[in-house]
Amino acid sequence: MSRPIRILIAKPGLDGHDRGAKVVALGLRDAGFEVIYTGLHQTAEQIVNAALEEDVDAIGVSILSGAHLTVARQITEKLRLARAEDKVVVFGGNIPAQDIPALKALGVDEVFPTGSRFDAIEQLIRSEVARSRAPTPENEHA
Amino acid sequence: MPDDPKPVILESGIPVDAMYGPESIADLDPVRDLGRPGEFPFTRGIHPLMYRARPWTMRQYAGFGTPAETNERFKFLIGHGQNALNVAFDLPTQMGLDSDDPRSEGEVGRVGMAVDTLADLETAFAGIPLEKISVSLTMNAVAAPIMAMFFVVAEKQGLALKELRGTCQNDILKEYIGRGAWIFPVEPGMRLIGDTIEFCARSAPKYYPVSVCGYHIRESGANPVQEIAYAFGIARAYIRLGLERGLQVDEFADRLSFNFDIFGNLFEQVAKFRAARRLWARILQDEFGAQLPATMQLKMIAGGGGGGLTIEQPENNIVRGAYYALISALSGTQTMALCSFDEAYTIPTEKAALISLRTMQILAEEMGLCDTADPLAGSYYVEWLTNEMEKRISAEIRRVDDELGGIVRAVSEGAIQRAVAHQAWRHEQGLQAGSIPKVGVNRYRMEEETREVELHAYNPRQAEESVRRLAATRASRDLSAVAGALEAVRVSAASRANVMPSMMEAARAYASLGEITRILREVFGEFREPVSL
Repeated sequence: MSRPIRILIAKPGLDGHDRGAKVVALGLRDAGFEVIYTGLHQTAEQIVNAALEEDVDAIGVSILSGAHLTVARQITEKLRLARAEDKVVVFGGNIPAQDIPALKALGVDEVFPTGSRFDAIEQLIRSEVARSRAPTPENEHA
Repeated sequence: MPDDPKPVILESGIPVDAMYGPESIADLDPVRDLGRPGEFPFTRGIHPLMYRARPWTMRQYAGFGTPAETNERFKFLIGHGQNALNVAFDLPTQMGLDSDDPRSEGEVGRVGMAVDTLADLETAFAGIPLEKISVSLTMNAVAAPIMAMFFVVAEKQGLALKELRGTCQNDILKEYIGRGAWIFPVEPGMRLIGDTIEFCARSAPKYYPVSVCGYHIRESGANPVQEIAYAFGIARAYIRLGLERGLQVDEFADRLSFNFDIFGNLFEQVAKFRAARRLWARILQDEFGAQLPATMQLKMIAGGGGGGLTIEQPENNIVRGAYYALISALSGTQTMALCSFDEAYTIPTEKAALISLRTMQILAEEMGLCDTADPLAGSYYVEWLTNEMEKRISAEIRRVDDELGGIVRAVSEGAIQRAVAHQAWRHEQGLQAGSIPKVGVNRYRMEEETREVELHAYNPRQAEESVRRLAATRASRDLSAVAGALEAVRVSAASRANVMPSMMEAARAYASLGEITRILREVFGEFREPVSL
């Protein structure tokens, strides 16, 4: 049996509305994930460091203030610098549909705007993590 | 009785029968438990004539971008008949950061107006007569310096502090539970609330220094019983702060108001508010020995909450808003604010804010809601449910006191946060499973809909403008006056003195909010959030 998926649920920046983050964290925990919740007011650096220290498979970022593009740019850049682009990154919160392509272009794997179904979130994280864990020709020889 | 074909259990866990009659309220004593409107225990409302004398105050939450743009939106709303303001501040301001702080990047002017110095508040309220338009400041962790700035603006308009009306949200305990705009640990956070309560009681007696918010607790997931129980726990803690300062309960407790949430079952909400008024009056009389009726009156702003709105089929939110306003009117609120239909997407556009205002005006002027006080009184169901809500709210208040060591400890340790988060997850499971009906979400869903909502656009140039204004203010200040005022803030914060006089001096010297907050962080430290789920 494969080890459980480890995920960091993160609340970046100044936005303190954490209902969505906590609901997703509790739901994923019930679904068998190992969930680490950062708490509020985290910088992109703190989030990426926590993800590396906790050796998570995925990072779920919740933001409602509208500053998601700024935050996504900071997080994906720091992951690249840490050579940790293989970590699955998903965003959730008050995110208008027209911003989703820009988020994906920055390296966000999926976006779950307000109103997303929980089972869709769970399934997507499972399949993305399975994909990132699958051996690629590069790391097979490592 | 035939078998109940369909059991009904309200969100607060109360089972509802298919019918109620006189036997359901046999133990209700109309004199003891209801009174007339304007009489103890104020179940039926706090004024004898209620809306017949004056309809509820209409106070939409507004503010974005620069103070100049916010000033325009304020004048727009006032021009359309709104008679009070509810100021939204951006997140850097709420967190005590200046617009040029690196942590403010991407957030300046986004969800509210950016305020760095007194100059910004002077611009925001230019041409708005503060003796006529009452202003509510949605500010918490750094309420003290922002209130101080506002008081100085009023003084500069020629108003005596003794005459100034208005409200500051200034409810830090609920920030630790939901909304999350906290900075300092619980103890200094509470001390600042005590300072503002004491200062207002002595120097600004018509000003409401605290608005205790059940609203955000419910928006974070609490059910209606938890909403009132935790808010009352918080309000009792603030009353004890005032008493510790040597104030008599009748000198200040009438200046605590409440901010409550409306969505969900209509009758459950109406009963919630009627029960809350009765229970609050009894708490003030029995626990605190209040003598004056005004001290025992629960005054509230209650409006439609975003928690009931959906991102799906957003126009349906206009209809939901109208029902929430109806509930609010049937509940005898003093002030009403409605969430706008586009709030699941972004802060309200001008059009959405105007629809919310018109919704309240239609209700007040076309539908007969202002004709007679507490029109649902005497309904077997509503009176039974009011009794039931009061019992359950009382039981939850006792549970927090007896099992969790009181609200302050329960919040410090994260027990309330956990209870609310678990309730939120249970609610979400109900929505996903369809056992909690939500039209457009788990009923009558339209998979192919296109969501075309005109969005309030964020203009990054507003941030540059805020930074430029701050630099200009910094360049024109008397630097020795700023330094002296900031040192006085440090001394008062580090001692047991009331911080408000030094905060007002700092405001007059155009010290920035970031400069003042940096000193408070140094003296008080920062809250360490209990993050266990």
